[in-house]
Amino acid sequence: MRVLGIETSCDETGVAIYDSDQGLMGHLLHSQAALHAEYGGVVPELASRDHVRKVLPLVRELLGQCGEERIDGVAYTCGPGLVGALLVGAGIGRSLAWARAVPAIGVHHMEGHLLAPLLERSGPAFPFVALLVSGGHTQLVEAQGVGRYHLLGDSLDDAAGEAFDKTAKLLGLPYPGGPELARLALQGDPDRFRFPRPMTDRPGLDFSFSGLKTFALNTLKRGLSEASVEEVQLKADIARAFEEAVVDTLVIKCRRAVRETGIPTLVLAGGVSANRSLRRRIGAMMVEQGGRAFYPRPEFCTDNGAMIAYAGWQRLRAGQAEPLKFGALPRWPLETLPPVTPDPVPGRSGLLYR
Amino acid sequence: MKLLAIETAAEACSAALLIDDDIQVRFQVEPRRQSELILPMMEELLSEAGYTLGQLDALAFGRGPGSFTGVRIAAGVIQGTAFGADLPVVPVSTLAALAQRAFREQDHRAILSAFDARMNEVYWGGFRVNDRGLVTPIFDEQVAAPEAVNRPGGDGWYGVGSGWGAYAEQLSARVSLGLPGYNPELLCSAHDVALLAAAGYQAGEAVAAEQALPVYLRDQVAKKPREVRT
Ligand SMILES: Nc1ncnc2c1ncn2[C@@H]1O[C@H](COP(=O)(O)OP(=O)(O)OP(=O)(O)O)[C@@H](O)[C@H]1O
Ligand SMILES: [Mg+2]
Repeated sequence: MRVLGIETSCDETGVAIYDSDQGLMGHLLHSQAALHAEYGGVVPELASRDHVRKVLPLVRELLGQCGEERIDGVAYTCGPGLVGALLVGAGIGRSLAWARAVPAIGVHHMEGHLLAPLLERSGPAFPFVALLVSGGHTQLVEAQGVGRYHLLGDSLDDAAGEAFDKTAKLLGLPYPGGPELARLALQGDPDRFRFPRPMTDRPGLDFSFSGLKTFALNTLKRGLSEASVEEVQLKADIARAFEEAVVDTLVIKCRRAVRETGIPTLVLAGGVSANRSLRRRIGAMMVEQGGRAFYPRPEFCTDNGAMIAYAGWQRLRAGQAEPLKFGALPRWPLETLPPVTPDPVPGRSGLLYR
Repeated sequence: MKLLAIETAAEACSAALLIDDDIQVRFQVEPRRQSELILPMMEELLSEAGYTLGQLDALAFGRGPGSFTGVRIAAGVIQGTAFGADLPVVPVSTLAALAQRAFREQDHRAILSAFDARMNEVYWGGFRVNDRGLVTPIFDEQVAAPEAVNRPGGDGWYGVGSGWGAYAEQLSARVSLGLPGYNPELLCSAHDVALLAAAGYQAGEAVAAEQALPVYLRDQVAKKPREVRT
């Protein structure tokens, strides 16, 4: 079965083809970052307008690269995300499937992120614990199979990526700030400031990152008011302390989740999992726990079409499909997804990869 | 000429299958349910007529102006269908399609279409009926304050569309209406999108699937932080 995947939930247009025999046959991405940068954040209407211009040209280019027109199913993100943006991908995807008389499936964006590490040749096997860290989510999930998810912990306020972006903004870094902040942190002195590790002093697996941004702001103000201020170095030191606090907090909660569930496999997914420091620290922590950590390749950490094609492929080949309509679910709890039965092998046989 | 047209730019959702001189239509007033209704309408029309997509010459859609999301639903559905079935697309103005309906159902021949664009503006288009019974624009469509819309000369104009509900007074002051004046209730239908598209297709106005793009008219949709401050 060969599945076309379409991702349009936020500010990236992604398309990809996943095939039962050949694995990922190709993927293309158009980022709108430059479009939104001047506005300091994603403008939903502009995002929708750009998606409707970009989806089909990307699909045509992708099919051209694959050298074949054949598609046996279409998967598109239908939530959570920006309604207008989601409707573009869903409308095009559902209609394309109808015109080709093949099944279609609406994919949960976070399931896409969660399954992205399975696109790798040596991906994890179920069960695993997943840390979903992105622009809109910070969640710990116990995954027993495709569609069999149990939420262990969630963000009470700002998601980790959101905290990165907001802190980057107050440090004067361009949007989207997460990767910029991480780059600046490399020049920072790790011993100059120490930020709190929110909610690590009590049991539980929930997160709260909004206080860190305020802490960063106050540290910045105090620093700038000093007589002989080295502004660039001050900001780098704050970036470093902020990043360490977020990473440390995530590592502490992940260690807890792995111990509490007794599952020695941890999967990192979502945009923030591209963070080098986080990957290194999580990897070391899992070795210390006698387990192993898995990550998507960096380009599949942030939004992309490959993860949607793959998640859709898992469901379509199990016989799930949409009726002849489409829609967008801006809020959609991961736990309400139907399980895929019978439990498929999560795409680990060598056959599935090129 | 065989063509399937859709329209979802406002409160209605409609589809029309034109097979030579025959036209079959599905029309429902269901705000915000277009994404659920439109594909079944298209499917039913084709199956009742015993046609497949592959037997058509083209697809058509109401390309706006209208609700941004509504217009994009039509564009997205037509893009996906056209790409999947390898068909060309004729984009049709929703202002023109509404004017065409006013002619088809009520025989008006000088029509001013106005949609409420919110933010104290209307989408505005003026049309006359040609000798082939089709509306043709007499000025470029625009988005403007009702007090500042294009003023077509002459008299006996007939107003249609939601703009005439919200801004009847201001619009009436700009133009010389005939009797009965205006009708704010009339909604755009895929029936008229199909009629205009058939002519457009003959005139070589069909485009490739990825060129089936919305026309919003309103292009200023966000302020840059710098502009906000000034
Ligand atoms: N190296 C990095 N370090 C820290 N944060 C990063 C890094 N790279 C990306 N990010 C952050 O990842 C986020 C983007 O990730 P992603 O695209 O998965 O989020 P999203 O799609 O906007 O949100 P969601 O998936 O929750 O709907 C941004 O907040 C960005 O700053
Ligand atoms: Mg994402």
